[in-house]
Amino acid sequence: MTGTDVIVVGGGVIGLAIAWRAAQRGLSAAVVDPDPGSGASRTAAGMLAPATELYYGERELYGLNRASADLYEGFAAELEAATGLPVGYRAEGTLLTAWDAADLASLHDLHIFHSTLGLSSSMVTGRELRALEPATAPGLPGALLAPDDHQIDNRLLHIALLAAVRSAGVDVVAARASLRVSGGRAVGVLLDDGQELSAGSVVIAGGAWSRQIAGIPEELRPAVRPVKGQTLRVRAPGGPVLTRTVRAKVRGNAVYVVPRAGGELVIGASSEETGFGVEPRAGAIHDLLRDALAVVPELGEAHWESVSTSLRPGTPDNGPLIGATDMEGLLMATGHYRNGILLTPITADAIAALLTGAAVPETALAFAPGRFAAAAFGAGR
Amino acid sequence: MSALMNEALIGDDPLVIDGIALASRLILGTGGVPSLEVLEQALDASGTAMCTVSMRRATPGGAGSVYDVLAARGIRILPNTAGCRTAREAVLTATLAREALGTDWVKLEVIADDDTLLPDPLELLDAAEQLVAAGFRVLPYTNDDPVLARHLQRAGCVAVMPLGAPIGTGLGILNRHNIELIVAEATVPVILDAGLGTASDAALAMELGCDAVLLASAVTRAQHPARMAAAMRAGVIAGRLAYRAGRIPMRRHALASSPTTGLAEL
Repeated sequence: MTGTDVIVVGGGVIGLAIAWRAAQRGLSAAVVDPDPGSGASRTAAGMLAPATELYYGERELYGLNRASADLYEGFAAELEAATGLPVGYRAEGTLLTAWDAADLASLHDLHIFHSTLGLSSSMVTGRELRALEPATAPGLPGALLAPDDHQIDNRLLHIALLAAVRSAGVDVVAARASLRVSGGRAVGVLLDDGQELSAGSVVIAGGAWSRQIAGIPEELRPAVRPVKGQTLRVRAPGGPVLTRTVRAKVRGNAVYVVPRAGGELVIGASSEETGFGVEPRAGAIHDLLRDALAVVPELGEAHWESVSTSLRPGTPDNGPLIGATDMEGLLMATGHYRNGILLTPITADAIAALLTGAAVPETALAFAPGRFAAAAFGAGR
Repeated sequence: MSALMNEALIGDDPLVIDGIALASRLILGTGGVPSLEVLEQALDASGTAMCTVSMRRATPGGAGSVYDVLAARGIRILPNTAGCRTAREAVLTATLAREALGTDWVKLEVIADDDTLLPDPLELLDAAEQLVAAGFRVLPYTNDDPVLARHLQRAGCVAVMPLGAPIGTGLGILNRHNIELIVAEATVPVILDAGLGTASDAALAMELGCDAVLLASAVTRAQHPARMAAAMRAGVIAGRLAYRAGRIPMRRHALASSPTTGLAEL
């Protein structure tokens, strides 16, 4: 039996970033995941979008998203310096385009809402939009420009984090884990090969699967549900098509196109609540391509690369579950829903602070794992 | 709430569909809701007793789903066949819904195309006939066409649900004469479904004699969904009370509200 200060269950970008930050603070750490980085970390598009992901009534979540976005440039630079690996951080901004006059009116409302929050955004006309991004479709009536909504290549981010934790001495164990509890406190995990790992603290960072991790007492199981999403990856043969991320609602259907520096474009994302299946659905691929081509016609000439499907960990209020639970030694870092890549730096800082007794970032305090009554979240299914 | 308001909600005037009394004449859809927490607030503000859920985009089972939220409130679930384009697909989807949810009620939706989202009348009637024959209680989402509504009633549907305007447009009731015609010859409840934008639209539907209103986007995509849900609830109650109150006729000349004969001459 081996022991570490902390075991992180889940080797996506959030789990790895927690282990990295913990190791930097002098803790010994291990990460357990049957296939690290195969979940939402891989399927995500890497948008860092506190402005264009903002919904009315989600001011508290905006505060957290904003705080994490502000950390990102430094986080990315630190990771690149530590590993020598690129993570594809791009600060070109995001355009949220209108499809018709009604969309334009609601973008105006959103822009005014941004202003009340001190958030930087501006309206551009259809012609200004075409000047900024000539590949966008003629006839789009205008857009909202969010200069501070950036992007990162989430797949490169995962590769770099894996290298960073390994060089920091973190053991990454390819196994499925269940929680071990003794004397009312979390004491480690049991691996599916029967091996027991011991730790002072266990952090649940299993994304949409966090609720399925065996051994967590019913009343502490996190309030996450799987929300299936699909993204497509294509590559334009003639060089970059877009410089900024372009988002739109085409006849009410949300679509985005995220241009990577290397010429790849990520198109997303569907959203459906159909359990834990991750089979790509033909109609979702069709709808995404149809809507993406409506906004950026020349994507029709791009080379097809892949479709990727995973599950977002949805919570009742769309906010994550970050912090200690009522069980000593058990912490949660899950439920990041649509903002997992964005919230990686602040989640890692918050959990590392909790593990070392340091001050937790203030914006994270509202996202304690216990804020939903267990009874309201399904009767033990 | 006053006795009259309660009466408008239930009292001697319940909404009865296929022999089942429902405690509200406002039926909500869940599509487009930004979060489950917002949905919960909107449901509570609306006072709704029945909610429709897309079987294709939300599968029952699993903790924390929209079904949990509805079950926790005792709100009846009306599965729908949104996204279906053929009678075959709709029948299959309804059959899966019955197996999964144990209800033979279904909101039948067969859409002709993605641009207008208008019901396809031929596929709709075909699916309705098949589902009625298979023992379903069918509530079809239909065009504001009195003749099609008549056919659907004759086919054995337990309600007819004509649109006010295309889905998600918020344009209100575009052809009130057709809605009045549908109401006039209805032998089953008429539920105004789709196109409503704000509370006065819901009130108008009820004033025209509709038995209930079904809406989703108007609430779920509002900037403050719970507030709009409360407004819709009030609009439905106001419209129903006005419908039953016997409104005054419209005149082209003024008619003083106070009698002028017999007044003291000063």
